[in-house]
Amino acid sequence: MSDAVKEPSMLLQKELIARNYDAITSARETGRKVSSTFVPGNLNELLLCFGIVNNLPEINAIQNGMRKLSGDYIMTAEKSGHSEDVCTYVKADIGMMGKGNIAPNGKPFPNPDVLLLSYTGCYTFMKWFELLREEYKCPTLMLHVPYEGDGQSTKNMRDYIVKQLKEVIIPGLEEVSGVKFDIDRLREALRNSARAEDDLVWVLEQGKRTPSPIDAYFGGVYYIGPIFTAFRGTTDAIDYYRTLRAEVQARADAGLGPLMPDGTTLSEQKYRLVVEGPPNWTHFREFWKMFSDEGAVVVASTYTKVGGMYDFGFRHDPDNPLESLADYCLGCYTNRNLPSRVEILTKYIEEYQADGLLTNSIKSCNSFSAGQLMMMREVEKRTGKPGAFIETDLVDPRYFSAANVKNRLESYFQMIEQKRRGGSRAA
Amino acid sequence: MPATTAETVARCQTLFDDLDFTAARAWKEAAPGRKVVGFLPVYAPLELIHAAGCLPLGIFGGGDRMEVIHGDAFYQSYICRIPRSTVELGVTGRLDFVDGMIFPFVCDVIRNLSGMWKIMFPQVWTKFFDTPQNFDPEVGGAYYIEELKELREGLERLTGRPITDAALRASILHYNENRRLVRAVYDFRANAPWKAPASEVYLLMRAGLMMPVEDHNGMLADYLDAAEAEDRPRRDNVRIAIYGSFCEQPPLNLIKSVEMAGCYVVEDDYALVNRFLTEDVPVDGDPIEALATAYLTKSVETSCKYVPREEDKGRFHIAQIRKARAEGVIYASPSFCDPALLDRPMIARRLTEAGIPHISFKYAENSGQMQPIREQAGTFADSIKLWS
Ligand code: SF4
Ligand code: SF4
Repeated sequence: MSDAVKEPSMLLQKELIARNYDAITSARETGRKVSSTFVPGNLNELLLCFGIVNNLPEINAIQNGMRKLSGDYIMTAEKSGHSEDVCTYVKADIGMMGKGNIAPNGKPFPNPDVLLLSYTGCYTFMKWFELLREEYKCPTLMLHVPYEGDGQSTKNMRDYIVKQLKEVIIPGLEEVSGVKFDIDRLREALRNSARAEDDLVWVLEQGKRTPSPIDAYFGGVYYIGPIFTAFRGTTDAIDYYRTLRAEVQARADAGLGPLMPDGTTLSEQKYRLVVEGPPNWTHFREFWKMFSDEGAVVVASTYTKVGGMYDFGFRHDPDNPLESLADYCLGCYTNRNLPSRVEILTKYIEEYQADGLLTNSIKSCNSFSAGQLMMMREVEKRTGKPGAFIETDLVDPRYFSAANVKNRLESYFQMIEQKRRGGSRAA
Repeated sequence: MPATTAETVARCQTLFDDLDFTAARAWKEAAPGRKVVGFLPVYAPLELIHAAGCLPLGIFGGGDRMEVIHGDAFYQSYICRIPRSTVELGVTGRLDFVDGMIFPFVCDVIRNLSGMWKIMFPQVWTKFFDTPQNFDPEVGGAYYIEELKELREGLERLTGRPITDAALRASILHYNENRRLVRAVYDFRANAPWKAPASEVYLLMRAGLMMPVEDHNGMLADYLDAAEAEDRPRRDNVRIAIYGSFCEQPPLNLIKSVEMAGCYVVEDDYALVNRFLTEDVPVDGDPIEALATAYLTKSVETSCKYVPREEDKGRFHIAQIRKARAEGVIYASPSFCDPALLDRPMIARRLTEAGIPHISFKYAENSGQMQPIREQAGTFADSIKLWS
């Protein structure tokens, strides 16, 4: 995305990411320890307490997807016995290992000192780190976060997570890092998190405006970047979200839409969509353009909630540090049951005055995808707004059929038009 | 006169083929107030359902005999078969007599199906049942005990009757007996596989998921007696173990094809709920605690459970293979099955390290073409014979 036009927040984010990759790849020289962990339910504030650098394999897979490297990595993994049927993030990661484990800054990743298996909302995580553990032979700390099968968390779930933090995770991280746990340090980080979270929520809620000054899916990927990854809990994240908020405020004041990669703003907004499911990364810009060319803006999305559902009120809480980490893990989007997901989507359609729900169903991801067809029908039924379904993959270029996606989108927009005409006739 | 193996197997086959669950319906109608509670693979504490006075009914997909018409509209092509055939069973009214459904943790597909069931069948008590991935009694154990209590309360609300500790202990005894008999059948088969073909043992185990445990215990005992007494021709087959088939079940023809290709199946992970707990559950203390401890310390290794120590990965499989004296492993997994397929490279590596030959293939519960599988299994059997 080198030719993309960038706002200050994007430059800031780019710098943050580059700095983190440098911290990871120079860890052996600086003596810092490196962890690998997942985005949903990640415990970045806790890692900060131990000075451990956070490397997120999903983010590496995304980077490799966007840089068109993942296809090759996936094939490498498949050749070594990994099934074509399983999540391509895992294979992109394992394939990258097979090709020298080179970070985006061109330097090799060091082996992780610890695999922090924050097991929230996705089965694959468990196997992914069992697979990595075979290679790295490093300590693996499992934090099992129970699924909210009945639509809410219970005291038992929360107690279980807190107990694991106390008995397994914190002692494990102490051992790896040689740093004694200091709860006040954690409180400080959580305080920072909550401030950044306030600004993130403000930004996401601007999708309720007409025109929307944000794109909550393609643009949303950038908005969530720092908070979902290695920066939540830092003052850098506070600065990032303050900057982002000011930019969005300026666009909103000027009545402008979100910034597109080509530097224009999408201010002529014909369709307002809610999107369910992660994006495709191998054709990210092409995919985005299919929306913007038609004047479609995404006003709310669920992908921007996989690393925490702050818009429903949750904030990291320095007064209840471990409990709040537990609540955070429990509340991530894919850890919520399907009736809750249907309610969330319905609420988004209504509150963000969307024309309908578009589902991008990801072949890799059963956590998101299993049940999405029914969810879409249910949301259609409840909102009276039409839904549409497209199928792509995250980082496997073989599963992105541009013509198919484009066709689907075009007919969906026609459907929305028809619905509007029908609607106005009836009115 | 005890039943012959043929008679027992015929009875099992009838149950297995009956996608209207006539026997379970009849059980329910035989007395007022009876309730049926369905459960999906891989593991649910059936003792609790039994102690509630309900019939635990295994819902293991639609097999290859059911045409899936509606179910496909619920699932993308890249998702395995069992959820779609389960939905089909639901929407076609075949499960309309089922009062409760337990969706145990195995993967995100079944997990999500629990929520779909809540939306589609709001009148049914639907429970997602999460088992711990931390096996420390103080941590995962404490959590699991509360989850079991929650399950117990849910069942009590369903029936309107309390589940007493005494009833639970009595149920545990029935299931201990069942586990003992199931192990005996497996041991018997490992010793004399020509007398207990895999397809028969499979039907016998599946039947247990559709009838009261007391009846199944009688059936298993009868089968053992009859199988021991009967003479059957012994072939020059190789002894193999089948893994990877713990959730969506293969068509019966697949199992028969493997046998016809020259393999005696002496170990498998079909209908694993029957053997999930590997030892008796004690009845002298708190029964809920006993169930929890058994899960934590005396249960099988399978893909829905985390293996805390890297060096233990696959250890259970190797031990089972050695115990059953299997000469090779077929890792047969459902297409698109994340748990089985993500585990496959790790298990395969352990098998290689242990010098155990192995092959793998994928199936769907409705796979029709058995020729390729027969050929693969046959070649595998030949290669074992040649090299051992
Ligand atoms: S299955 Fe889905 S949630 Fe899990 S690692 Fe893959 S993409 Fe992420
Ligand atoms: S067959 Fe595999 S993927 Fe499908 S529901 Fe069962 S465990 Fe999950």
